[in-house]
Amino acid sequence: MSEGGAKPWDTDPILRVEHLTMRFGGLTAVDDVSFSVGREDITALIGPNGAGKTTVFNCITGFYKPTEGMLTLDADGGDPFYLERLSDYEINADARVARTFQNIRLFPGMTVLENLLVAQHNVLSRASGFSFGAILGLGQFGRAEQDAVDLARSWLDRIGLLPRADEAAGGLPYGDQRRLEIARAMCTRPKLLCLDEPAAGLNARESEALNALLQTIRETDGTAIFLIEHDMSVVMRISDHVIVLDYGKKIADGTPSDVRNDPHVIAAYLGVSDEDAQALEARP
Amino acid sequence: MLTVVAIVFFGRLALNLFVWQAEYPLAAPFAKLFTSEPFERRDLVTYAVTCIFGAAWIVTGLVLEEAVYGVLGTVVLLFVGLGLLRRAILQRFPDLPYAQIFIACGIAFALFFPIVSYALESVFHLGLPLRYWFDLSILILTYVMLGWGLNIVVGLAGLLDLGYVAFYAVGAYTFALLATHFGFGFWMCLPIAGAAAALWGVILGFPVLRLRGDYLAIVTLAFGEIVRIVLLNWTEVTGGPNGIAGIPKPTFFGLPFSPFAEGMTFSKFFGVPYDGLYALIFLYYVILVLALLTNLVTLRLRRLPVGRAWEAMREDEIACRSLGINTTLTKLSAFATGAMFGGLAGCFFATRQGFVSPESFTFIESAIILAIVVLGGMGSQLGVAIAAVVMVGGFEALRHTAGLQAIFGDEFDPALYRMLLFGIAMVGIMVWRPRGLVSSRAPTIALGDADTISGDLVRQGRG
Ligand SMILES: Nc1ncnc2c1ncn2[C@@H]1O[C@H](COP(=O)(O)OP(=O)(O)O)[C@@H](O)[C@H]1O
Ligand SMILES: [Mg+2]
Repeated sequence: MSEGGAKPWDTDPILRVEHLTMRFGGLTAVDDVSFSVGREDITALIGPNGAGKTTVFNCITGFYKPTEGMLTLDADGGDPFYLERLSDYEINADARVARTFQNIRLFPGMTVLENLLVAQHNVLSRASGFSFGAILGLGQFGRAEQDAVDLARSWLDRIGLLPRADEAAGGLPYGDQRRLEIARAMCTRPKLLCLDEPAAGLNARESEALNALLQTIRETDGTAIFLIEHDMSVVMRISDHVIVLDYGKKIADGTPSDVRNDPHVIAAYLGVSDEDAQALEARP
Repeated sequence: MLTVVAIVFFGRLALNLFVWQAEYPLAAPFAKLFTSEPFERRDLVTYAVTCIFGAAWIVTGLVLEEAVYGVLGTVVLLFVGLGLLRRAILQRFPDLPYAQIFIACGIAFALFFPIVSYALESVFHLGLPLRYWFDLSILILTYVMLGWGLNIVVGLAGLLDLGYVAFYAVGAYTFALLATHFGFGFWMCLPIAGAAAALWGVILGFPVLRLRGDYLAIVTLAFGEIVRIVLLNWTEVTGGPNGIAGIPKPTFFGLPFSPFAEGMTFSKFFGVPYDGLYALIFLYYVILVLALLTNLVTLRLRRLPVGRAWEAMREDEIACRSLGINTTLTKLSAFATGAMFGGLAGCFFATRQGFVSPESFTFIESAIILAIVVLGGMGSQLGVAIAAVVMVGGFEALRHTAGLQAIFGDEFDPALYRMLLFGIAMVGIMVWRPRGLVSSRAPTIALGDADTISGDLVRQGRG
């Protein structure tokens, strides 16, 4: 594990995960994992298949109740949110954590635009007087909906899907669906965006466009990004901070270059046995 | 009987010999009447042969003075003729908004049918069975309204509810009890019945929210039965199996229709002689307005956040929660809204019958309403309306069956086969159109001109 002075992500993290453990019956999918996600970083969570990455995401976003551990989301200014105490929809609505899924979960029978409007449900619902007002024609719903459409339109422009706004989301090509899912998550105006394998199944060009999109989200929207990724080259290129899981345990945590040279990581990725790893470690 | 079989048999044989080649299924040209695939030459031959047979049947019917052949021949000719007419119109004017025209014609017909037929009858004395027509159309409209109400829960929110009749019962008994104990009138009770049913929707909704799919269906079915059994056994309040009688009819802005009412009545006020049909026509318009209200509210809700959340929940509940949508509240709102319309329909049912008893609220009612929604195409307002007309009208048509009796013999009582035919129709639809009559989904908002979304992409919900 990389030692050394305090890392930037530890001094002012947006998310602090402490002693997170998740057991399914006898299986410990995540075992006492602690790390921090920096406020202005792109943080990557990597590890072999079945290492427990998605389980960590599900704990953070409330889809699983952690067996043990504490998840503190510290949005700037206000009181921190203790995510393990909130339910899944509150984590998005109140703590402002948005996520995408490893197997894309769009609303396939709704149009691209409708997908982005559903993401703005809470804002619109309040503006419509929880629909009681708007059904009687009261309130500012028209204005609010126009604003929502404008936000959706600007996101569609950014992901290049504006010409297909009125098509069914389920009919889009795979790469477009991945980007739409990210745009939909961003339409909830999150402080932290969690992406589960966003580059899976993308070709080189699409993967390049995705990197650019993530960079602009970090820079112009001020949203911290926490992503799971398989493709090491993508991870090395765009992330500021990498956490490595193997068999539910954290085996490395540091900058991409720290992690790349970490013998445990090399062992985990190349399938080298532990003794060999220790031998590697022992080398000067 | 024998001749019919012979004609059908030889007709088939002739078609097979002259028209039907191995790679050319007999049904193909007839299927084309419903689509816009291009015709082949042999299709036209098929149509010609079919029409000749139809005409031959009519002639046979005229010669033998047997109505059956005439009816069969006319049906065949009308089928092919109207189908070809449809194709011709489509070819001529491909861009007309046919769905809208169809809907407008339907609404116009519903609006003017009682007035026009009543006027025709009173001027020309045609002997039309108006009372029967109005009764039947009131029944159909009640089912249209119930179908639209359940469509919110099943079609939009994707929650399989097998106990919808419970809300219908709550609405009917709310009005019956308020009217017989406190003398409340129909118009005052209508919103109360709607609110009571909505409240029940929430109360029943709470325990079942965590259930999905089959489990939800079973528990809602049980709730429907519980309501009926409570009505049956709580004799002091509900009258048990005897039900509640003496429920008042609605008044026309305070004017009763009954000739025995004291004070001003509808007939006296307008200076027309008493006619029992007035009350019936009024009831017709009441249920028409209630049904259209259900439709308008649903169409509006679909474009509001809550309606989009219902549909999103049907598409993917987990994704909804990841976007901060409280799916518990969203499900409850769907249950409550659907239940409210069920309650309004129940209140109308009570006033129309003047009598309610648990017998009217059995599981088969829930099943029929659900069948209307599923056959119509879940989520489609138009499909549900068509399915209600076809199913309720079809059930009724089975009672007028001189033609069928001529074929199957005099002892044949088609009413006994209702359920069998119902089942066959369901199976047929499931094979032919597994997503119902209208399976496509209209987007609720668009930047440009949006097409409807193909039914293959639209999910039907698993909860
Ligand atoms: N809901 C669950 N029930 C039981 N076991 C689970 C569940 N979710 C994940 N697991 C198990 O936890 C382990 C980690 O899975 P996952 O987090 O999906 O891995 P990764 O995303 O790193 O590939 C796997 O062995 C998986 O079978
Ligand atoms: Mg995973």
